[in-house]
Amino acid sequence: MELLKLTAKEAADKLHSKEVSCAELTKASLEQIKAKNESINAYITVCEEEALQQAEQIDAKIAAGEAMEPLAGVPYAIKDNICTKGVRTTCASKMLGNFVPPYNAYAAERLSKDGVMLGKLNMDEFAMGSSNETSYFGAVHNPYDLDRVPGGSSGGSAAAVAAGMAYYTLGSDTGGSIRLPASFCGVTGLKPTYGTVSRFGLVAFASSLDQIGPLAKSAEDVAYIMNRITGHDKMDSTSLDIAYPDYTKALQGDVKDMKIALVREYFAGADAAVDASVKAAVKQLTDMGAQCDEISMPITDYALPAYYIISSSEASSNLARYDGVKYGFRAEKFEDLTDMYFKTRDEGFGDEVKRRIMLGTYALSSGYYDAYYKKAQQVRTMIKQGFDKVFETYDMIASPVYPTTAFGIGEKTDDPVKMYAGDLCTVSVNIAGLPGMSLPCGFDEKGLPIGLQLIGKPFGEETLLRAAHAFQCATDYHKGGAQA
Amino acid sequence: MKITEKEVDYVARLARLHVQESQMQRLTQDMGNIIAFADKLGELDTEQVEPAAHSIVVENVLRADEVQPSYAREDIIANAPHKQAGCFSVPKIVE
Repeated sequence: MELLKLTAKEAADKLHSKEVSCAELTKASLEQIKAKNESINAYITVCEEEALQQAEQIDAKIAAGEAMEPLAGVPYAIKDNICTKGVRTTCASKMLGNFVPPYNAYAAERLSKDGVMLGKLNMDEFAMGSSNETSYFGAVHNPYDLDRVPGGSSGGSAAAVAAGMAYYTLGSDTGGSIRLPASFCGVTGLKPTYGTVSRFGLVAFASSLDQIGPLAKSAEDVAYIMNRITGHDKMDSTSLDIAYPDYTKALQGDVKDMKIALVREYFAGADAAVDASVKAAVKQLTDMGAQCDEISMPITDYALPAYYIISSSEASSNLARYDGVKYGFRAEKFEDLTDMYFKTRDEGFGDEVKRRIMLGTYALSSGYYDAYYKKAQQVRTMIKQGFDKVFETYDMIASPVYPTTAFGIGEKTDDPVKMYAGDLCTVSVNIAGLPGMSLPCGFDEKGLPIGLQLIGKPFGEETLLRAAHAFQCATDYHKGGAQA
Repeated sequence: MKITEKEVDYVARLARLHVQESQMQRLTQDMGNIIAFADKLGELDTEQVEPAAHSIVVENVLRADEVQPSYAREDIIANAPHKQAGCFSVPKIVE
């Protein structure tokens, strides 16, 4: 269906010039969800009735000539760890399976103004995973090959965009959870600088690393979505009170004289197709006038263990709140209050969540705190310093998002360390709070999408968007579209 | 570092997680592998390095202590798994 292939911006232009109605866009998306969700499993909750009502209101506003935001009326969906008022927000966990938030997350609230929300998207349980296989509601399947994973943890957010089940989506990224699924599903995703999108209403996993961001079909769409979701929010004490730019202004200009670093360590273990596509994409950028050098950042080899210690430690603390008292699941049979906590958490959390809580609790426990948690925080300082030094000379870093294309469902679930090891290109970005973007840059011999990662300085989103948009104006990889 | 079933049991208790007998061996093995993976951090000399809890400079955000509108009691309590007389209900803890 042609309507579903439009980018969010193209759909908005057709909507606001009255070529299509909001009801038509919404119905087309809902029909696609009905046709595809059984096999892809991208949605946990579909808000059909509400979406059609919202569409009707927006069509009335357009008919009345009311001024609206650029993406107003373009149907979107939200990862299920971002609270939506009156709409179940499960975090893909049995623990929150019946949780209906009494408020909107900041980002959800911003989009809801003149917005059509199609529903809530599947993910790894509590956003802990790289494959979207840990969801209590079942794995998400990659629209390019249903036997493969979509990447995690925002697998539903990426698969929905790829399969035309939403024009754009919100995800969250703690160690690569926007960029990895964007890469595996051939869509464009951005993890913003820490503090630019309020975390108010985002179910906490690792508070010093978590960040909400957009997934869409193009860098242009991502810029428009960024305009809607960034800003200072007094409900999040880490939300930055700065002047936020108009990100769409970055969609002009070229990459001439942009300085790009290729960090050798990010290519370690990359398979041949990924290595070749990413290097070809960088060559494309240098052909367009950018400069590129290969450099080394040896500290990169320590980012994965530091990430898993820090994120699991914060998770063990954040998830202590799930006690079966105030909201969420409570076990039915128990002996006393303490036993209620044990049984509730045993029955409410899945295996991966328990492993992370255990690892974090271990790293924070007396006797191991200095060797693991404090050590990881010191390594965090060293990683930040490493990036600072690179960004003295370079405007951005280019790398693969993941060493391979989408792997098979079940391929890595038996070995947590093997699963964690894949995240080596993405976790450093969260450790240092930097912006990171994933955009399609090729396909392997099986036709599976390959992602290019661009890493920027703090608040370097505009540089990333400029480069990504210039790249997408010159190439067609982002038009891959698995929806046909 | 090698981790024993006894340590796993101890950590599980701290985390208020109940490890079923049938899962103990597997969890101990997984924990051991993950911790061995994290032991790589020990290779680095960090003696002179300040730990970083955040990637950005984070300061306390203060505001005046003023009464402001809050959520309705029934909206908040609506999600409680057990409630009674407008309150959260838990098992008896004092006889």
